[in-house]
Parts: sequence; C-alpha cells; structure tokens
Amino acid sequence: MNILLQNATDLKGDTVEVVIDNGKIASTTNAGTDYEVLDCSGLHVLPGFVDLHTHLREPGFEQSETILTGSRSAAAGGYTAVHAMANTFPVADTAGVVDQIWNLGIEAGLVHVQPVGAITVGLKGEQLAEIGAMAESKARVSIFSDDGNCLADSLLMRRALEYVKSFDGVIAQHAQDPRLTINAQMNESVISAELGLAGWPAVAEESIIARDIMLTEHVGSRLHVCHVSTAGSVELIRQAKQRGVSVSAEVTPHHLMLTEDLVSDYNPLFKVNPPLRSSKDVMALRAGLIDGTIDAIATDHAPHPKESKDSEWAAASFGMLGLETAFAVALEVLVLSGKSSLERLAEVMSIRPAQIGGLVQHGRYLDAGSAANLTLANLEEKWVAVPESFSRSQNNPFVGHKFTGRVIHTIFDGSFSYRDKEIVQRGTHG
Amino acid sequence: MKNLLSAGDLDRNQTISILDLAHEMDEVNDREIKKLPTLRGKTVVNLFFEDSTRTRISFELAAKRLSADVISFSAKGSSNSKGESLKDTAQTLEAMGADVIVLRHSASGSAHQLATSGWVKSSVINAGDGTHEHPTQALLDAMTIRQSMHADPRGCDLAGIRVLIVGDIAHSRVARSNLILLRLLGAIVGICGPATITPKSLIEDGHSFSLLDEALEEFEPDVVMMLRVQQERMSSSFFPTEREYSKFWGLNHVRLAKLSPNAIILHPGPMNRGLEIDAAAADSDRSRVLNQVKNGISIRMAVLFSILTGEKGKSA
Repeated sequence: MNILLQNATDLKGDTVEVVIDNGKIASTTNAGTDYEVLDCSGLHVLPGFVDLHTHLREPGFEQSETILTGSRSAAAGGYTAVHAMANTFPVADTAGVVDQIWNLGIEAGLVHVQPVGAITVGLKGEQLAEIGAMAESKARVSIFSDDGNCLADSLLMRRALEYVKSFDGVIAQHAQDPRLTINAQMNESVISAELGLAGWPAVAEESIIARDIMLTEHVGSRLHVCHVSTAGSVELIRQAKQRGVSVSAEVTPHHLMLTEDLVSDYNPLFKVNPPLRSSKDVMALRAGLIDGTIDAIATDHAPHPKESKDSEWAAASFGMLGLETAFAVALEVLVLSGKSSLERLAEVMSIRPAQIGGLVQHGRYLDAGSAANLTLANLEEKWVAVPESFSRSQNNPFVGHKFTGRVIHTIFDGSFSYRDKEIVQRGTHG
Repeated sequence: MKNLLSAGDLDRNQTISILDLAHEMDEVNDREIKKLPTLRGKTVVNLFFEDSTRTRISFELAAKRLSADVISFSAKGSSNSKGESLKDTAQTLEAMGADVIVLRHSASGSAHQLATSGWVKSSVINAGDGTHEHPTQALLDAMTIRQSMHADPRGCDLAGIRVLIVGDIAHSRVARSNLILLRLLGAIVGICGPATITPKSLIEDGHSFSLLDEALEEFEPDVVMMLRVQQERMSSSFFPTEREYSKFWGLNHVRLAKLSPNAIILHPGPMNRGLEIDAAAADSDRSRVLNQVKNGISIRMAVLFSILTGEKGKSA
C-alpha cells in the first residue's frame, strides 16, 4: 500500500510530507507509483506507540477482553505494538501458548501483538518456565514477567536474571513484597487508616526494587521494573542508572494522574495494583519520566467485566483500562504542562519501549526503509472520556475527565488500522 | 436522616438529638410493657454477612420494641465467586419490602457502597463494616459516658471528658467511630496500644501512648475504653503472646487502683477475661459494660426511629 501524508507536523514542529511506499517509509515519492494522498493539516505525525504492559486476557478470560478487541482498543489509542502479559489461562509459560497468542495477534491484524513469557511455571514463583523455548519460538519472546505476581524468591530471581542473558532477554518485575502486602487494598497512609482498608506500603515496592537492582548488578543482567508507583522507587532507579546498572522502568498513565484520595468513596473503579498513591508520589513519577529515570509510559491496561467491579471494595478486582487514554494523559503530563516536549512523549510512548522490547520495526519514526508504524494526532481536540470504548470492558478510571489531544489515524505496518477515529477491519477477521 | 453509614455523617446537634431521644427510649425499656407502636408496618432487615449475635439481637429488640416487623438474614461469603453477592442479597431483601437494611459485613466501605451505588433505595444502617466503622456502637458509648457524667444528661455533650481507648485501634471499627463521635461532642480522646496496631495518624500529637501505665499516669482518663483483642492478631505477629499483651496493656486490679475516683470502664464486648481486662476490673463498680448493652437497644431504637420517621421529634 502506498500512502502520501501531506501537511503533517513532525515532532520538531516542521511541516512534512511522509511517503509510505509498499508499507515502508521512503524519503521521496516514486515516479510512476500511485499514492493514496491524505491531507494531514492540523495533525502531528508521531512514531506508532508501543505498550510494554497490556493485559489482553486471551486465552482464558475472554469475557473481559480478547486479542481482537484489545487490538482495536490499542489501534484507537495510537498503538502499533503491544506486549501481551502472561497471566492468561493457560499461563503464557510455554512456546505453545505464546505462539497461540502470536497467531491470534496476526489474525486480528491491527497491531503487533508481542507475547510476554512467564518467568516461572504457572506464575507460581517455584520453577523457571521454558524461557529458551519461548525465546526461540515464532513469537521470539524477549520480555519475561510473572506480572500480577512478584517473583519474590531471591534465589529464583537471581537465576532468572542469569538465565535470560543467554537469550538476550529482560526480566520485567512486578515489585511487591507479598508478605508486606497481605490482603492489601490501597496505599498505606492516613487515608487507609481512616477508611479501614489494609495498607499497601511504599516500602513493599521499594525493597524489592532495591534487591533486584543489586541482583542485576551482581549477575550483569537486564532488569525492567513494571508500573513504578512511589517516589522512593524513582530515587532507587535514578541512583542505579547513575551507577550504570542496566535497569529500565515504566510508569502507568493512572499513576501519573490519579491519587489515593479517589478511594474515599470506596468506588472499586479506582482499585488497582500497585495502588494509587499520594500527590507527592505523582510529582516524583512525573519528574522521573521527564528526566529520563523512567523510560516509558506503559498502560497496564487491565480489563475487567462489570461484575468484578460492581461489589464491595474488598471483593472487587484490581485493574483499570488504559490503551485509549494513555496518549492524552502523556500529552497533558509532558507537553500541555509546559514541563517537557513532544519529542520526549515520542520517546516514552514509542522509541524507548520499542528498544526495551527489542521490536526493531517500531519506534523508528520516519527512518527511510523502516516499516511505517505511525500515529497521527490532533493535539488540540478536546474530548471527554466515556465508559464505552473499543475495549470489551468499561473499567475506565478517566470517565468524565476532559482531555485535550486525540489520536485520529493509526498506521500499522504500512496501512491504516484506525482512520478518522474508526477501526479499519483487516486481517482474517475481515 | 436517610442512612447512618459513619459517625461522621452526624453533626453535633443531630448527635445530641439522637442521644436525647435514646434517653427517652431508655425509659420505655424500663416499663413493664416495653413497646411503642411507632414503627408499625415498617420492615427492618438485619443483613449480617458476619456473625455477631449481640449486635443482631440488639437491633432486633430495638425494632420490635418500636413495633416494626423485623427479619434477620445471615449470609455467608462476600466475594463474587463464592457465596452470595452483597448486591444481589440486598436487592432480594428490598424486593421483599425492606424499609431499612441493617448491614454487618466484613468489607470496609460495604455499607457506603450499598447506600450509594444505586443498588437499593432502602435506608442503610451500618452495623459494622470490616475494620472501618460501627457508628451505633459509638453512639451507645457516648450515651453511656454522658449518663455517667451527668445527673440529667439531656442536652449535654462530652466537653472536656478524657477518654482513653486501649488496644487494637488499627483493626477496630469501634475505635474509628468513637474517635469521630466522641471528639465531635467535645471529648478529649487518647489512644494506647502496641505500635503495630496503633496508627498514630488517627490522632493529634501527644494523645497517643505506648504503654498503658504511662497513659493512665499522663492522660488521667475519665473513661477507659478497652477493645477486644482478636486471636488472629497474635498469629499475625502484631504482638507476641497473650501474657505479654496482658502485662503491658491489660486492665488489671493494679491499674484499676490507679484510676481517678470517678473514672469508668467501657468494653464493647465480648470480653476476653484475663487478657485485655481481668475479673477485678470487669466486675468492679466502675464497669459500665452492662449499661452499654442496655443503652445499645435505646440507641438503635432512636436511630431506627429517626431514619424511618424522618424526624427527630417526640417518641411517645
């Protein structure tokens, strides 16, 4: 497919013409080739977003989301690649399961679905999963995570960090000391004491991150820290990076915007793990994202059916949607705040996560010869989030929030997956 | 008053009105015929997801003495996957004509959710939600304190009365509701217990004490409220042994002797005799434990009356 995007604005603010020739970015148009010309006046062209942390729920939890519905949600959010977390049923802990996810992603055809493999069998934290087989499979898994559970056993964590080196992989840790967070419901604070909800203290995250940084340094491996949520964690990662430890980190849109005060009404929509923290933590996370301590915004998109949230707080599931609101959150935090730039937004939403996940065809922006994975967004369009979206679930914590900036088109692998705010059906799903 | 979810729902005047109304109800409870026709035709449902015979019976008697129809429903389980969901059970009972649902549930915030999520239209009274609140307990405690401190308690608040709450503050709904309500009425509240279960953030500086001896000397309480020690706290290492708890935080005969002459002892029950309170203290003339039980019925009558008649007028 050949596309010519005219009058788009690039990251630097210059007006550019983008040529897509046979699915790839080209430096100039080819005489004698037909192009579909799209006027992109008023739109910015960005590298297609890459999510390091998406729960697509298939196989096993299709009442919440499927790879197809999650792919639609991703395309609508401007994503061209998502990393599908391993806590499915069955767990993505064998080459067979990751290849199934890989194939379903190709069938949906709207976004690159990159499976994440489990570190341990069944996410149980007892025995290493077949990391090598998953790395060598069709899906070429390179990120391994027991996300949902923390790999708490120090010895097993050390072994995983060492073993994954042979396959050039990275261990993505969900940092949560299980003993310090037994039955934890929300951030441990004055508010949790008043509400009578068991606290999830910052130290439960920070002590695991501190240990993992030391283990990573000791064995010379690579660590990625999932959904960093506290000021203390940001400081630990900042110091580790200064020492030259190979550690990367992500933060979720909700931890950049929302605080624990929202829990006061016991509305389970705001129940998430790690929990919403204090405004001091939010400020530290934003500062870390801007100064490079935190590498990426990752959604931790966690769909849940209505009945999982329509209950008393303690019985409700943890998790929030994120794919379709992440860009507007990033824009608000980095650009509209006046504190950073659109270039930094492109780094944290696309370039760095593509590097961390080893996705060579993503985060390349307008590099001639690379696959065209692009997002076109109107940075001024105002909109209000509503419960209905492309996701199968409705647990969106931003419902009613007034956003500025919206994805208009998404181009995945050279053709439209999302155009004029509509999904372009492709793949074998027609 | 539509619901009673938290002691924080009440302002000072409302609280004093309820206490005064309960005072009148108390007189009814001393009559030979302990019954008023006020709530005839109204239906009160006790929805208990946790066992609590005392609180349930107290609400039952309160409703019956006001001539309301009362049913008690004990449900098991609290999650979506197992047992009955709160939403479905409450909706079922409302469909049977409940005017007010008295809810006891192990999840903090459950009464708030039942009342505010659009699940039911009935009034909701929180009879204890997890480790959050138990507002009628705070009201009955306030009534008991007021009665002990004033010959004619009507219209009085608790200004200047020093109340020391001792024990597992962190997991106590009784403590949380009392911290709100007693301070609203002007009492000075101190807390005392092992640091593992005494969240300092709930109280102003200088009113939190580590050891009971220190608290009795420095705080000089007019009221000592002993909280029940739950067995499971010990297995979770909040403190080492019963013996050690009782040594540092138990109200025993030695500490009883240190109390100021008019000081009284409260306990929400059931007591662990020999653990947080010994027999000398429990059975002393300073103990107001049975007054609390009796006042509990009067307070619940007053609350049911206020909610179901939508006014705080005369009862008889």
